[in-house]
Amino acid sequence: MPSEIGAVHTNGDGGLNYLNNGHGLRSWLLTKDHKRIAILYLITVSIFFVIGGVFALLIRINLLSPSGLFEPDTYNRLFTAHGVIMVFFFLVPAVPAILGNFLLPIMIGAKDLAFPKINLLSWYCYIVGACFGLVAIIAGGVDTGWTFYTPYSTSFSNSNVLLVGIGIFIVGFSSILTGLNFIVTVHTMRAPGMTWFRLPLFIWAHYATALVIMLATPVLAITVALMAIERVAHVGIFDPSMGGDPVLFQHMFWFYSHPAVYIMVLPAMGVVSELIANMSRKNIFGYKFVAMSSLAIAVFGFLVWGHHLFVSTQSVYLGLIFSFLSYAVAIPSAIKVFNWTATLFKGSISYDTPMLYGLGFIGLFLIGGMTGLFTAALGLDVHITDTYFVIAHFHYVMVGGSLMGFLGGLHLWWGKMTGRNYPEYWARAAAVIQFVGFNLTFFPQFLLGYLGMPRRYASYPPEFQLLHVLSTAGATILGIGMLMTISYFIWSLKNGTRATPNPWGASGLEWHTSSPPPTENFLTTPIVTWEAYEFAPMETMDVLGYPGEPHTPAQPVHSEHGTED
Amino acid sequence: MALIETERDPARVEMHSHRHPRLVHHFESMEQQREAGTLGMWWFLLTEIMFFGGMFLAYTVYRHLYFDAFAAGSNVLNIWWGTFNTMVLIGSSLTMALAVFHAQTGNPRKVVIFLLATIVLGSVFLRVKYIEYNDKFVEHVFPAGDFRWPIVNESVRPNNIGDLLLMLVGAEHLNGAGPAEAVPEKPAINNASQTAEQAADPLMAGHVRMFFWIYFAMTGFHALHMIIGIGILLVLIVQTRRGKFSKEYHSYIELFGLYWHFVDIVWIFLFALLYLIDRHP
Repeated sequence: MPSEIGAVHTNGDGGLNYLNNGHGLRSWLLTKDHKRIAILYLITVSIFFVIGGVFALLIRINLLSPSGLFEPDTYNRLFTAHGVIMVFFFLVPAVPAILGNFLLPIMIGAKDLAFPKINLLSWYCYIVGACFGLVAIIAGGVDTGWTFYTPYSTSFSNSNVLLVGIGIFIVGFSSILTGLNFIVTVHTMRAPGMTWFRLPLFIWAHYATALVIMLATPVLAITVALMAIERVAHVGIFDPSMGGDPVLFQHMFWFYSHPAVYIMVLPAMGVVSELIANMSRKNIFGYKFVAMSSLAIAVFGFLVWGHHLFVSTQSVYLGLIFSFLSYAVAIPSAIKVFNWTATLFKGSISYDTPMLYGLGFIGLFLIGGMTGLFTAALGLDVHITDTYFVIAHFHYVMVGGSLMGFLGGLHLWWGKMTGRNYPEYWARAAAVIQFVGFNLTFFPQFLLGYLGMPRRYASYPPEFQLLHVLSTAGATILGIGMLMTISYFIWSLKNGTRATPNPWGASGLEWHTSSPPPTENFLTTPIVTWEAYEFAPMETMDVLGYPGEPHTPAQPVHSEHGTED
Repeated sequence: MALIETERDPARVEMHSHRHPRLVHHFESMEQQREAGTLGMWWFLLTEIMFFGGMFLAYTVYRHLYFDAFAAGSNVLNIWWGTFNTMVLIGSSLTMALAVFHAQTGNPRKVVIFLLATIVLGSVFLRVKYIEYNDKFVEHVFPAGDFRWPIVNESVRPNNIGDLLLMLVGAEHLNGAGPAEAVPEKPAINNASQTAEQAADPLMAGHVRMFFWIYFAMTGFHALHMIIGIGILLVLIVQTRRGKFSKEYHSYIELFGLYWHFVDIVWIFLFALLYLIDRHP
């Protein structure tokens, strides 16, 4: 077959692939293969996701009764642990470090990322930093909230701020190194014929994300470092009693942490672009607009941090500007959503699990984005600042966006990554359960926040109890859904059916190699002669006997040395 | 199965034999490999700019807020040491550039010589930085701990090149002037006149302390970069001596050159902002 760039016949028992090419712990811990590093990330990041999830459930259990079950101080430590773990150890690395690491070189036809050793180093940075975080939690936790606002975090809190600060500093380098690898790889290692506007949108999204990572994360690093030194040495750059300015900390912190939201969501948007195109078998509507909107979001993302400071010493004129700029982010975001829906129009949509997550993403991100306009509105935000409305908003964006994108992508490429298929029935059930559970958890929180329930409180007036109980019920359902997903993924590793090279009949380069791919991704360097998302019509597929057979694009693929059959 | 066969395929083995021995497996050509390395280094330096940017932001904000205190603090810094160190560092940039030149033209012996010269100059810089830091401890203007303002204990401050060089080799006592008695003829610029009014203002002391905190944070992180740089230089010297680099393959030296020049440029900004900018009569 002319389209066989990779070892399509080596899947299954007989073939050598990246998973069985080398055995033992050593071959994994010292690997320089981007696919193996992605698997290392998958395992460790998932562990932190579970830990963060347990803390989330503890928070919800505490809020079952108005008086709260735990001491307020314990509660502070619970939500801080939840926030720190989920933001820094799960959401930021989840899509780029796992799916991006695995797929980015394959999708552009490269053998590996540009700097394989640096890639491995980034995983070790993650592990070391995350260990600092874990040690801090075991040693008693932190009670500052994940934002570490000064001067509480530098002068008053009697908790392990220093340890967590060091942990975040190190984890920051992990994500900088990943971003560096992505940018250089996309620039220098695209296969012949893979022009910029033939790149899958997944790559565009990761490229934009890498830009944000590289420009924002160092600022967080220095901010956390200054905070840590200030805490140890009692020198005052943020401490007002020494002439310092606590608001400077907020500016510097949000200069990273607002763009960080796009570090979490942009890669997920890239995943969703793939999901929507592949599952509706259509070229993505307005490819260039979707690609450029990723860059636009990345750029705008740097200009809006001030909307976190509407109520802290900012002048009303500055607030107006930041409010306007925050509204402006809605434009590229809306471009994406409109183009996805336009892609779905008259598509041959299949409602497989990845697509359910893709649609879930659109629904949840829509709610998250629309409520983002509430929080970006200067006047309204004064009312809802630091209430459950904000909590609900950013969970819809970050969890509904990032987590749905992550799970959708994981399902789409699970066969490619592990060589095994997950059970479709259970996966669909889990996706629906998660969607229901998610909405039941966070929609009541919009109401709570609008009614005035402040965030980070361990107890509340009794009239809020009904909504809190609903929310906890939703969290339980969401937790069950997650448990299902984790269970059948692990189950499938041993018992799943063998994955075929291209089960979805998709057109990207990653589907032109075996599942799982060989160590250098392709046997010969692919030469790309087709545009992104060029799908054969359904009828052709039936003639060819899909699924299972790789599909022949309109223009045949020429490989340099022919194919080895 | 197909993969194993491919690797044994004579055609492919032959193709591989054309590869430069230093060409890493996942690159197609030396040119691509070099391009990737260079681009990576420039992007890394961009993150470094953002990293130092946080501190430059703090400097800008507080210099604007506490102008007088920053001027006073700036005048305590020793301009002789600062100037000397700037020259040392620019010199090290020159030797680094020469090392890169000889790497490009394939002359490993001279590469080693110039890398060694760069190490020597870098170490001189750090030695001077140590002397300066030590002065600040002696004068009790180190921001953590026993901070005192105005300065009561004006310690050794070289006022000419001769003093400077003597102190550099650790032989200041040979001059007959121990730290305690070596009061400069022209004491700490114009602090003497300001001292009385400043003493009455406890806020001023706090703000000067902030200046020194920013000074130590910025020069400290800069010195950390120098120490890391010297470590890498040692590795590069060993690798050059072992014949790792050639006319075709020398990007490590080139890329490290970029890093070293970047560290120099940061210092030039620090020197201007911390030492020079408020030094008006």
